[in-house]
Amino acid sequence: MTVPPDSRLLTPDSGILTPDSRPRLWRLARLDYDPVRQRPVLLYPEGAVLLNDTGAAILELCTGERSVSQIVSILNQRYQADVTADVTEYLAQMADRELVRVG
Amino acid sequence: MSPSIWPRWPIGSWFVSAERPTTLLAELTHRCPLHCPYCSNPIDLLRADAELTTDEWKRTFTQARSLGVLQLGLSGGEPLLRKDLEELAAHARGVGLYSTLVTSGLGLTRVRAERLKEAGLEHIQISIQDSDPAVAEQIAGVRSVKHKQAAAALVTELGFAFTVNVVLHRANLDRIEEIIDLAANLGADRVELANTQYYGWGLRNRSALQPTREQVDRSRDVAQRAIQRYRGRMQITYVLPDYYEATPKACYGGWGKLYLVIAPNGAVLPCHGATQITSLTFDSVRDHSLEWIWQESEAFRMFRGDSWMKEPCRSCPRKAVDFGGCRCQAFALTGDAANPDPVCTLTPLRQVIDRALEEPAQPALAYQYRRLADEPQPA
Repeated sequence: MTVPPDSRLLTPDSGILTPDSRPRLWRLARLDYDPVRQRPVLLYPEGAVLLNDTGAAILELCTGERSVSQIVSILNQRYQADVTADVTEYLAQMADRELVRVG
Repeated sequence: MSPSIWPRWPIGSWFVSAERPTTLLAELTHRCPLHCPYCSNPIDLLRADAELTTDEWKRTFTQARSLGVLQLGLSGGEPLLRKDLEELAAHARGVGLYSTLVTSGLGLTRVRAERLKEAGLEHIQISIQDSDPAVAEQIAGVRSVKHKQAAAALVTELGFAFTVNVVLHRANLDRIEEIIDLAANLGADRVELANTQYYGWGLRNRSALQPTREQVDRSRDVAQRAIQRYRGRMQITYVLPDYYEATPKACYGGWGKLYLVIAPNGAVLPCHGATQITSLTFDSVRDHSLEWIWQESEAFRMFRGDSWMKEPCRSCPRKAVDFGGCRCQAFALTGDAANPDPVCTLTPLRQVIDRALEEPAQPALAYQYRRLADEPQPA
């Protein structure tokens, strides 16, 4: 059942993420906390991604209501730093994995 | 640019931790109404009286969670043949596991599906043998198509995450597109397409199951197009057959690294094919804690890391990518589980695979069906 990532797996092309995109978590993914590893974790069918606190902070904001630029500005304020590039890259990778959906 | 509070964390890393397993496949029973000739269960199937009790499974799930397991597969055989499935699913959810039921769909009545939903089961995988109903039932060795359609309808109605899984081989590979469309019509969120791997039953039926290179090449193109076409609606994963590759498949992130399987009698295995490695003994959760077995048992330590490797693996840069390939395949085809996976073209053992690819094909559908030793072959 569980198929780890492998060169033999064909994967789709990446989606397009723009500042106006309103990302939301995949319907089948849920954020949880792993008390064993003491880390937030994203769980979904056949998979788990261990998150750091900042990753979880981004994903918690992906409700489908906020745009990428709104998420960025909330996090810029929270961390008192310009995190635009990091947040955008993170969301693009998550969208590429289809764990975050846009549109 | 990047403030240090944003540690670069590779999100592609499914391999969340090297020390702890993430995934447990619990084979609750070997009993099954289907007789698929590529079944991943061993040739010597266990009977009901060998199975772990409800309490033994529950204790094991608790231990698995403490060990770090996040994903639980409730599998078989047909796990619905366990009357305590709902109780086990509820316990799994209670200790914080994300559970998947891996089922043929046979036996998934409305009452049981609703109870499983209440128990906190999140994801159901139903196997489909083919898009052509007559061939599907010939492969399964039993009337099953209508039951599967009814089960799929319940799964979507009750809002489970829903995966269709399909084992591909010579008799159905040319219908890969129709199979993908069928999965979409059944309402699947995901479809896992995997070519047959030749261990146990599959190896016994290899000459009837093996596709041609032309079939494989075409299927790759069809799958690639379907992946794009269904993007955002249904996730498609497609695993190509390793015999036609030049390098071996990576074994679940490496032996004893992320994955463990528990057989119906409690034997703990590094993968579901491992029982065929008769040079290893597998400890049981009846005798030891899961943590001890994971960390200390001979079977798990034997092929961890790379010190067991022979050449050309030992000095090969790809050893960090494919971990020397599949130990079960090395044992099944060369008699020594420490050999390189014979799929690899860097080893002279590759001739074993090349010879298999040249074997005259048996007629497709002329199978030795999966069954208990004293059970008759399906008609």
